[in-house]
Amino acid sequence: MMETASSWLPVVWAVLAATAIFIYVILDGFDLGIGILFLKERDHENRSVMMNTIAPVWDGNETWMIFGGAALYGVFPVAYGTILPALYLPLLFMMLALILRGVSFEFRFKMTSPFGRFFWDTAFCGGSFVAAFMQGIILGTLIQGIPIKNENNTFTFIGTSLDWLTPFALFCGLAVAIGYSLLGATWLIMRCEGALQETMRRAAYGLGALTLLAIAIISVWTPQLHATYMQRWFEWPQIALVAPVPVAVVIVSLTLFLGLRNKNSEILPFVATLLLFFLCFSGLGINIWPYIVPPSITIWMASSPPASQAFLLCGAMFLLPAISAYNIYSYYVFRGKVTADHHYH
Amino acid sequence: MFGLTALFLARFQFAFTVGFHIVFPAFSIGLAAYLAVLEGLWLKTGRSAYLDLFKYWLKIFSIVFGMGVVSGLVMSYEFGTNWSQFSQKAGPILGPMLAYEVMTAFFLEAGFLGVMMFGLNRVGKGLHFASTCLVSIGTLISMTWILASNSWMQTPRGYIIDKATGRFLPGDWLQIIFNPSFPYRLVHMGLAAFLSVAFVVAGVASWHFLKARREGRQASEQVRLMFSMAMWMAAIVSPIQFIAGDTQGLNTLEYQPAKVAAMEGDWESEGRAPEILFGIPDMEHETTHYKVQIPFLGSLILTHSLDGKVPGLKDYPKDIRPYSPLLFFSFRIMVALGCLMILVGLWSLWLRWRGHLYTNTLLQRLLILMAPSGFVALLCGWTTTEVGRQPYTVYGLLKTADSVSPISLPNLETSMTAFVIVYFIIFTAGIVVLLRSFAQEPHSNEEGPSEHEPQMAAGTTQISHHPHHWAE
Repeated sequence: MMETASSWLPVVWAVLAATAIFIYVILDGFDLGIGILFLKERDHENRSVMMNTIAPVWDGNETWMIFGGAALYGVFPVAYGTILPALYLPLLFMMLALILRGVSFEFRFKMTSPFGRFFWDTAFCGGSFVAAFMQGIILGTLIQGIPIKNENNTFTFIGTSLDWLTPFALFCGLAVAIGYSLLGATWLIMRCEGALQETMRRAAYGLGALTLLAIAIISVWTPQLHATYMQRWFEWPQIALVAPVPVAVVIVSLTLFLGLRNKNSEILPFVATLLLFFLCFSGLGINIWPYIVPPSITIWMASSPPASQAFLLCGAMFLLPAISAYNIYSYYVFRGKVTADHHYH
Repeated sequence: MFGLTALFLARFQFAFTVGFHIVFPAFSIGLAAYLAVLEGLWLKTGRSAYLDLFKYWLKIFSIVFGMGVVSGLVMSYEFGTNWSQFSQKAGPILGPMLAYEVMTAFFLEAGFLGVMMFGLNRVGKGLHFASTCLVSIGTLISMTWILASNSWMQTPRGYIIDKATGRFLPGDWLQIIFNPSFPYRLVHMGLAAFLSVAFVVAGVASWHFLKARREGRQASEQVRLMFSMAMWMAAIVSPIQFIAGDTQGLNTLEYQPAKVAAMEGDWESEGRAPEILFGIPDMEHETTHYKVQIPFLGSLILTHSLDGKVPGLKDYPKDIRPYSPLLFFSFRIMVALGCLMILVGLWSLWLRWRGHLYTNTLLQRLLILMAPSGFVALLCGWTTTEVGRQPYTVYGLLKTADSVSPISLPNLETSMTAFVIVYFIIFTAGIVVLLRSFAQEPHSNEEGPSEHEPQMAAGTTQISHHPHHWAE
């Protein structure tokens, strides 16, 4: 019984963890994207509107990341203990960026001096960009592989603290920042009206095109990194699983641009962007599986004992649906258009 | 940098970030409960002053909670970056507990925080009150899991050590969670959070009393109300905290006698031990200098009998003795502040009885000074218990030196410098914004019911009156 549990529990948890990370990526994705779009929008009132569309929910969005960290620690402690030291500096910069960005929600609205406003606007925008960029670097570093030494089943990271500084990882950083901006822009099309909505609609064209370009480049680049990735994509039966992905990407992209063109469609661009993210994310999942720290640690090697994984799964079965329900409720309460006279602060 | 080791810097960084962090959750725990009480009393009595105070402290809560979230984010990753050996070894036990914290508490807080902060004109009063209560319950659940994890590191139970990897594997989750020191620590920490907030509230109220007096007017009804509530809290809770601290002391003596010896600056194990009121413990010469002591009191306090045996640091090999000088002083500062709180509580009862509660300027001046006293005591208490656990991360089983990551010194120096700079910026800005909010006197809401048409709430409840921009 224990033998079988230790083979399927990690699979369940890998799927759950991937789902949690995906939820994090799309939720914090659009709110980080709004921070990046601050660069483009100069008007103080409009910036307030943009911030107010996310003020009541960003806390909940970011909690998914804390959950990701805690779950990784609880169910894949080996991955937690090897990935984090390898990504020491990108994680540090991401944390600092998230801190500055997080407190600027409060401080921005309480500043009376022009310098104070400028400072916290910059902290919000810069913090959002750096956080997104670092998340991309983290993703890129993981894909390109982390060197690990295995001694008596104790795994230790043996690379240097600058292993993440490669063209591929840096490009992934840029790609994620662009993708998040697209999510942010399409979110604002849904939540705003008037001139701000128009600005975002125009921005979304360019961001959409850039996102597609980035996806194409990463798709060509990734298989070159490792022979196993190459096999994964171009051998039977994987190819049957993978082949529909590019086709789906094309269809979803067309939907996105049609949605942007049609002035009456306010929700479609956001939904299409979400689908685009989902496709990319599953592509990456297929790519890495069954490794959690490529190229050497599989999900089974990284797992905590079945007793730990089962204990957490018991709770997660009930708690995660409940969490999802009240998260959705919270979005429902704050639905509708946000205008300049809706002051959330 | 200054010939420091990676281990030392990793410990220093943890102490720095956790010390910064802990103040905010404690503030949130106390404040969330206070907000729930205020809103509940408003709904029950209809007295608008309660609602005014609710709104006033809600603004404070939003700042405090935000700072707690972002500084907590750092903690959850620091285990992996700086303490990866610890994470791999103790992860199977502590990881699930932290994940439960996130699932049962963190999501609850974050999910209903938005409704609590911005939702009064969007959901019904009942639902809004429920949200406030859920946020408060979330902070308490969060504290429960964190204290369970921390207590397990102090008094580990219910584990099996895997011979091949040296990892701690869970044997019995009930024993792990309800480990011997958990209930005592939980109560002590919870009361500390309530007391800390009571003294902040009392300090802010005192400031406005003195300001009103200088300007030759009466302080507002809201100021008197919050002062009175805070003083009830101090009078009732500080003696209870004294008892809670005492029982935790007995528990520590039972499970971590070396920590008690270091706290007391005692070197020889003895019955009829004196209590050292002041002294300077010297780790090298194994003695405590300049002792001022009271006979028998040490045994009486620690064992509740005059001839009870009290441990001495010489009972333990030199390399596993906790660093006494730090413990000795942090413990005494905490106890001294606790005693001061009890005295202030009693004094307020006396003044209340004589009808002078709102007019005694001496008490008000003292309370302004004491506004941060709860947090200082709390930090001293945590210092005592955490430094007293050294040189172990998991008491008696896993050494701190075997817990650290194979991280290079430059990485730690970079991160330490970055944390100091960023924390300095947000801490300074946070204090400025908090003080600026405190400087506003809580007053009756001048805005009447909104002129805008009533909004429909999420369900069907219609909000009949809600001040527009109320959470501004």
